[in-house]
Amino acid sequence: MPNGTEHIVSSFDSELQELNQIIVRMGGMAESMLATAIDALVKRDSDLAKKVIESDKEVDVLEKAADEAAVNLIALRQPMANDLREVVAALKIASDIERIGDLAKNVAKRTIALNQTPPTRPAYAIPRMANLVQSIMKDTLDAYVERDSDRAVDVWHRDEEVDEMYTGLFRELLTYMMEDPRNITPSTHLLFIAKNIERMGDHATNIAENIYYLATGDQLDGRRPKGDTTSFQVVEPSDDESDAAARAPQENGE
Amino acid sequence: MAMAAENLVDENPNIAEHKIIARDVSVYYGEAQALKSVALDIGRNQVTSLIGPSGCGKSTFLRCLNRMNDVIDGCRVVGDITLDGEDIYDPKLDVVQLRARVGMVFQKPNPFPKSIYDNIAYGPRIHGLGEAKADTDEIVERSLTRAGLWKEVKDRLDKPGTGLSGGQQQRLCIARAIAVNPEVILMDEPCSALDPIATARIEELIDELRENFTIVIVTHSMQQAARVSQRTAFFHLGDLVECGDTQQLFTNPNDERTQGYITGRFG
Repeated sequence: MPNGTEHIVSSFDSELQELNQIIVRMGGMAESMLATAIDALVKRDSDLAKKVIESDKEVDVLEKAADEAAVNLIALRQPMANDLREVVAALKIASDIERIGDLAKNVAKRTIALNQTPPTRPAYAIPRMANLVQSIMKDTLDAYVERDSDRAVDVWHRDEEVDEMYTGLFRELLTYMMEDPRNITPSTHLLFIAKNIERMGDHATNIAENIYYLATGDQLDGRRPKGDTTSFQVVEPSDDESDAAARAPQENGE
Repeated sequence: MAMAAENLVDENPNIAEHKIIARDVSVYYGEAQALKSVALDIGRNQVTSLIGPSGCGKSTFLRCLNRMNDVIDGCRVVGDITLDGEDIYDPKLDVVQLRARVGMVFQKPNPFPKSIYDNIAYGPRIHGLGEAKADTDEIVERSLTRAGLWKEVKDRLDKPGTGLSGGQQQRLCIARAIAVNPEVILMDEPCSALDPIATARIEELIDELRENFTIVIVTHSMQQAARVSQRTAFFHLGDLVECGDTQQLFTNPNDERTQGYITGRFG
């Protein structure tokens, strides 16, 4: 047990441990779903993408199992203090991991759609961003297993980097779309894929917050630094050189 | 060990906020020290619960608050306990008067072998309250109403108190305690002999009584402490380990011993 000493009633310990293991398994599955989905995207492999879609069902089943285990613990054991935080955090973490699974599934679905369009300019930044999110997820799960609040804080800060990468991707993909309308369909899918990965990072930070609460009993306060500025971003086609050339005579009055 | 708890009480406690202020209270039964230099403030119109494993000193501390330890042979209490700023261990203090101000309810309901009416009227009579029959009638009705028992017994006030159910008997004892207009009510595991429904009634009653009285309750049920009290004090081996807001103590206690006890890891 992460709490050191054991309960007098040993079945209480085994129930907590079981809940723990469900969360860790869910986390591992969601992590590998993201990895497989990106692999499928890069290799344009629709069969692999279908496997990701399938495995989301297993994550959903595990989430239900976690919910049930947590509700039973509350009803039958009336957990207190760190035990209570353990159960409450597990409930919340399970729902974040389930969302991560859903997002990975959506990446896989869009990969299948993308594979029906001709290959376009690859957005190299997407696998890079996915790698970063994957490593954040891995660290988050390690922090959970070890009840390591310092590591949770560390993960919490790293999401800023993901946000910044997403902002860069957003601009890049808009540029492709402006270059050639035939890029709009694949670029839109890629943009949503990037957004999904960015959302996974957000869920990982939620999990980190819950780990911090679980380990310390305090809430992580203060606003997390945000690097995603795309909500305010406007990219004008007039940046384009040919546009500028076309307008130049009028504007200069020549 | 007492250091941790001492950090949680004010250096200069506020009498307006705290009904009872205990400082450096130690209790000895002969050679054995049952309570070690306890400092605890009891908030006015609050419910304070005292929890801890058997033999931790919580009941001993409770009994210090109305000098019930005086009647135990070989028991010695040192330290300062004040009630509204008044030293309750002052030799000139009238102990009977003190116990009228600080009433007590015990683990097992112990009604007098008298009628329901006389159970309530007994205290006011010996304290010279309610000389006239009408006054006594009023005290009996008001006390039973406050204890949530009036409707159930108003038609059989002349029947013996011992004929009531366990839960009713306990509420009768609470009515008897409040009949003399105390300021503080001490409860020593008041629900441990009751079924869950009767327990819920008593808990509801405790919450209502808080408006008019200051309540200190010793309980073995942590859920009960969590439900009824605003502040909780955890005792262990004669030390006051930790005292804090009930909510905080049960979600995020400061001391490892508290955590170990409330989560069922020792005790």
